[in-house]
Amino acid sequence: MNMFSVFWDYRTYFATGIQYTLLLAAIGVICGFVLGIIISLMRMSRFWLPKMIGSVWVEVLRGTPMVVQLFIIHYGLVAFGVKFTPIESGAITLSINSSAYLAEVFRAGIQGVDRGQSEAARSLGMTRSMTMRYIVLPQAVKSVLPAIGNEFITIIKESSIVSFIGVTDLMYQSGAIQGITYDYLSPLLVIAAIYFIMTFTLSKLLGAFERRLNTDDQR
Amino acid sequence: MISVKDLRKSFGKLEILKGIDIDIAKGEVVVVIGPSGSGKSTFLRCLNLLETPSGGQITFEGEPITDKRHNINATREKMGMVFQHFNLFPHKSVLQNLMLAPVKVKKQPPAEAERIALDLLRTVGLSDKKDAYPSQLSGGQKQRIAIARALAMQPHVMLFDEPTSALDPEMVGEVLEVMKKLAEGGMTMVIVTHEMGFAREVGDRIVFMDGGQIVEQGTPAEVFGNPQNSRTKDFLSKVL
Repeated sequence: MNMFSVFWDYRTYFATGIQYTLLLAAIGVICGFVLGIIISLMRMSRFWLPKMIGSVWVEVLRGTPMVVQLFIIHYGLVAFGVKFTPIESGAITLSINSSAYLAEVFRAGIQGVDRGQSEAARSLGMTRSMTMRYIVLPQAVKSVLPAIGNEFITIIKESSIVSFIGVTDLMYQSGAIQGITYDYLSPLLVIAAIYFIMTFTLSKLLGAFERRLNTDDQR
Repeated sequence: MISVKDLRKSFGKLEILKGIDIDIAKGEVVVVIGPSGSGKSTFLRCLNLLETPSGGQITFEGEPITDKRHNINATREKMGMVFQHFNLFPHKSVLQNLMLAPVKVKKQPPAEAERIALDLLRTVGLSDKKDAYPSQLSGGQKQRIAIARALAMQPHVMLFDEPTSALDPEMVGEVLEVMKKLAEGGMTMVIVTHEMGFAREVGDRIVFMDGGQIVEQGTPAEVFGNPQNSRTKDFLSKVL
C-alpha cells in the first residue's frame, strides 16, 4: 500500500514531526498541570483579586478558539514588541489553554474531597497550605486522574495547530510531504496512525498508573 | 485550662449556641450530653475554632484563642480532636497517619515520631496494623487509630465529637475502652456522646445541653441520679 511506502520514504520527516509534537505536548501537559493547580487555587481563594484573575483566566481561555490565542500570541504581541519563536508561541498557547481546562478539573477534585479531611488536618495544627499540599491535593488529583488523562490526550491532538505558525510538527510534515508527492491521503493516514498510537499508549499508561494508585487504598 | 465566656454561634439567622459559660480544669473529663440539635457538637467544634464563634471568648491555657491575632494553629497542636466519621487520611498508611502532623507541624525527627507512633499503636492495641491503609480497617479500628493520631501530637486536651456514633454496636466497646484508659491516665477530655453508661462511669462532670444552652451540669450521680431541670429529666427518661 502507498501509505507504507510514504511512511518509509519520508521516515525522517515523520521522525522530526514526532519529535516536535511530543516536545510541545509534553511542555503543554507539564506547564498546564502546574499552572492549572495554581489557577484553581486562585479561583478558590478567600481574597477577591486572585479569585477574579483565576475566573477571568479560565473563562477567556475556554471561551476563545485556541488558534486565535495562538495567532494573538505569535503575531499579535509583536505589536507590543513581544516576539516569540514559533515553538515558544506554541508551547505558551498549549500551556495556558490546558491550564484553563485543568484548573476546572482540579477545582472539581478539590471540592470533592470530604470536608472532614481538611478538618482533621487543621485539628492537628496543620496550616491551610500544609492541609492543601499533604491531604487535599493528593486525594483530589487521584480522583480526577481520568479527567486529567482526557486533557493530556486532547493536548497531544490539539498541538497540531502549531503547524499554522510553522512549527515542524507531525501536521506540518504531512503537508510538506503532500507538497512533494502530490499524494494527499497517505501522509494524513500516516500521521493519523502516529497520533493514535501516541494517545492510545498514553491512555493505557494512565490506566495502569490509576490501578497502581488504587492498590494503596480503596475507599 | 479552658475557659468559655458567653460563647455564641449562629449560622445565618439560626442561633445554635446562645451563650455558653464553662470552665474546664486540667485533668477533668467533661461529658456533654443532650438531644440532637442542641448544639453539643457545635460547642465542641468552637473549642478548637473549627467553627468560628459569632460571639464570646474562649481562653485556653491563659491565651485568648478567640482573639483575631491569635495563631490558632499553635493552639490546635495542643488540642487533639476525634471525629464521628474518623477522617483518617485514606491515601496514607496507619503509621503515616500518625507521623504526618508531628513531623510536618512539630518538626519532630521522623525516627522520634515513629517511636512515639509505635508506642501509641501499642496503647490502642493495633501494632500489627501499622502498615495497613484505613480502607483495610474496621470502624472500631479506624477510630482507635484516629485517637492515636490525635495523641501523636501530645495534646494537653482531647475533644471527642460523638466518637462511637458511626460504629457498629459490637465495635463501640473497644473504642470506649481506649478512651477510658486515656481518662484514667489523667488526660483532660471533653466528650460529646450518646453513650450514657460510659458518661456515668468515666465522666467527672456531666453537662446537659438543650436549645443552645447548658441547662444543667454536675457529677454523674447528680445529673443521672437526681436531675433538677425538667428538660434533663425528660431527656434522660428517653435515653436511659
